[in-house]
Amino acid sequence: MSIQEFLSIFISSVFIYNVILSRFLGLCPFVAISKNTKQALAMSGAVTFVIIASSIVTWLIYQFLLLPFNLAYLRTLSFVLVIATLVQLIEMVIRKTSPALYRAFGIYLTLITTNCAVLGAAVLNVDMFFSNGKAVAGSFYYSVFQGACMGLGYTLAMLLMSGIRERLELCNVSKAVKDFPLAFIIASVLSLSFMGFSGFSR
Amino acid sequence: MKSLIKEFTKGIIKENPTFVLVLGLCPTLAVSVSVINGIGMGIAATFVLIGSSVIVSLVKGFIPDKIRIPCFIVIIATFVTITELCLKAYSPALNRALGIYVPLIVVNCIVLARAEAFACKNNLVSSFLDGLGMGVGFTLALVLISGIREFLGAGQILGYTLIKGFEPVFVFGMPSGALLVIGLLLGFINLLKNRER
Repeated sequence: MSIQEFLSIFISSVFIYNVILSRFLGLCPFVAISKNTKQALAMSGAVTFVIIASSIVTWLIYQFLLLPFNLAYLRTLSFVLVIATLVQLIEMVIRKTSPALYRAFGIYLTLITTNCAVLGAAVLNVDMFFSNGKAVAGSFYYSVFQGACMGLGYTLAMLLMSGIRERLELCNVSKAVKDFPLAFIIASVLSLSFMGFSGFSR
Repeated sequence: MKSLIKEFTKGIIKENPTFVLVLGLCPTLAVSVSVINGIGMGIAATFVLIGSSVIVSLVKGFIPDKIRIPCFIVIIATFVTITELCLKAYSPALNRALGIYVPLIVVNCIVLARAEAFACKNNLVSSFLDGLGMGVGFTLALVLISGIREFLGAGQILGYTLIKGFEPVFVFGMPSGALLVIGLLLGFINLLKNRER
């Protein structure tokens, strides 16, 4: 466990392998909710929060439940269920404790259940920080940190995209490429610029 | 009989999951670097679609309405796990190429959407045909996208060079090329749709 490791995780999961622009996880909300910056921020806040929480929980489940009982093949099934339950739980807790936050996150929290970014982060953590059925040193901290960085990368991409799309609302674009097609073409240019970061990591 | 054929064919063009319903784009974009990956992903997703549609249509009477989504997810996850284990055992190279996108079939919107919108309301045979049709439509879309990307990005299709001396456009093999191809294809389809009207 060293500061370089953390730095390398940060750069690779925020910039080089950006969740949306390079790994293509969580594309549906990225295209659907990126028309206005405020909503985009609420969505990415909710996603980041859930990714961090689910990184913690799925790590604990993998280490203390699946591995000791030789059940690693049940990974997908258990992670999906746990994430779905976790999202429900977080929703209930937020509704009780902070109505303001609940109003900000609103329906986005429920949508996250089937967001591939959350499950993707959990699977990636397990793939990267467990080797030969054993946790590598500092694996728990790496997992949580990588989850947080993926959330940050998600927020970054959402913010860039919604900023551009807000301006495009005022432009007169051809009817054929309006909405979805244009969003993908913009995302392609964004992703092209993120390619410039590759080479920063080992 | 006629309606059964319709259940099968609607997924291929009229309600194509990728181009018309715009569902399940994450794996589509990520694995479409080469045609062989596209076909592998398509077959894996088709298997999961058929399996989950059939099982959901069989147990639809026993599932309480309130907890149907979690039940569907468990059924889908079971089939995804079966696919994952089979891929690992019989085709490790493909499994490595598809990477984390195999377990992610479980959150692919197409599968859950078909279970929720079709299989839990229809009988076994039409659910099977619907799953098969959607799977074939998804596979064809993947083959189209990955064909364009492999041809432009590597100058080959299925590993065979088509045009001698063709200089590949490297960017089509990268993530940004995938986004560009799908954006232009969706725009082209919109253009066709507008013209029909």
